[in-house]
Amino acid sequence: MNKVAIIDYGMGNLRSVAKAIEHVAADTQVVVTADPADVRAADRVVFPGQGAMPDCMRELDARGLRPAVLEAARNKPFLGICIGQQMLFEHSQEGDVPGLCVFKGEVRRFPDDRMVGADGARLKVPHMGWNEVWQKRPHPLWANIPDGARFYYVHSYYVDPADPAIVAATTDYGIPFTGAVAQANIFAVQFHPEKSAEAGLQLLSNFMSWKP
Amino acid sequence: MLAKRIIPCLDVNAGRVVKGVNFVELRDAGDPVEVARRYDEQGADEITFLDITASSDDRNIILHVVEQVAEQVFIPLTVGGGVRCVDDVRRLLNAGADKVSMNTAAVNNPQLVADAAGKVGSQCIVVAIDAKQVAPGKWEVFTHGGRNRTGLDAIEWAQKVASLGAGEILLTSMDRDGTKNGFDLGLTRAVSDAISIPVIASGGVGNLDHLADGVTLGRADAVLAASIFHFGDHTVREAKELMRARGIEVRL
Repeated sequence: MNKVAIIDYGMGNLRSVAKAIEHVAADTQVVVTADPADVRAADRVVFPGQGAMPDCMRELDARGLRPAVLEAARNKPFLGICIGQQMLFEHSQEGDVPGLCVFKGEVRRFPDDRMVGADGARLKVPHMGWNEVWQKRPHPLWANIPDGARFYYVHSYYVDPADPAIVAATTDYGIPFTGAVAQANIFAVQFHPEKSAEAGLQLLSNFMSWKP
Repeated sequence: MLAKRIIPCLDVNAGRVVKGVNFVELRDAGDPVEVARRYDEQGADEITFLDITASSDDRNIILHVVEQVAEQVFIPLTVGGGVRCVDDVRRLLNAGADKVSMNTAAVNNPQLVADAAGKVGSQCIVVAIDAKQVAPGKWEVFTHGGRNRTGLDAIEWAQKVASLGAGEILLTSMDRDGTKNGFDLGLTRAVSDAISIPVIASGGVGNLDHLADGVTLGRADAVLAASIFHFGDHTVREAKELMRARGIEVRL
């Protein structure tokens, strides 16, 4: 039995992530949990996040989950989603808060002065909808997902890693930005695989069988 | 490039889809899960449920509908209708909605937009605006299906709710709704150009070119339609193929 813990620190609905994983992975126990013991007992960990990063950091610490998250990020298959990706970095412009410092780099807001499309029209922020994800290097989580497949994004901030080697995918929206990062046992995405139809389900399925 | 979105809208009354959905081979046209799944298969980018349940006794039924759909359909779901307070927003999100839209409640209490966005994030908050033209280049916000005027200018109201923290605007022309004459492109463009958050155009779609016009001429970020898809006239895929042929970026 494959046991996956979805870390619940009170920021947003985690039901969709849980249901999507149950949908793709048979013989899997999915626990949505705020208990560090559950996180430690799991074979793999999903670290989601919604809303604003300052609130997410505060709630994570209020529940005493930081040590368990950092431990999981060191030693088991770990999937960060949306703010769960952003929180892995050193610092966010959103609310000027420090992150978990798993990766070096800054979380930045889309620059207003660059938000112009090819047709001259203004690009809206939040970046909301289905955009192309360009794979920057091979990775087991990209298995059976075409390069340039569309995933569902909804965000106003994006990660800017100090080390370009961890960039696993980019997406263009006014500027090219990092859509996914990967290093060792960690894979983290800005988009929402649980809301990205077939491509997203494939990525979750790949994560559930990943042996980093 | 970011794709323009096509969003089928379903009216739900006491847990059943109404407005005569007419898919071929659908066992039960009133089952929201089946209808949502069918739109997902056609390539819908999101699905919007409008809860039109009148009786307050039946209001919680929509939560079960959302739960069931979210277990089986893995694209974004927006739910609106009867949202009055932050707790209503939270309940719908916890049931599996990704976004919640509010209309009258926001007009009555604009602070609700700020409170809700502060609690759950702007990305979950859609403000629905029903507008009617009152003079050339001027539109007023109405509530209660176009019956009650509010005195609010539609463009100014859109700017205000955007500044309060709305993540998206669902903009319906009450002049066009149900006419099949196409979106009010002047309204759509005026609002879209005035704000920096995405705008969904709604009201009046009678053919697939109307959807494309909403994007190219109205500068909408997404287009919403109900009857054109419900009655089996067109599929979402056909709509996307036409939009692509007209040079619009879509997810196909």
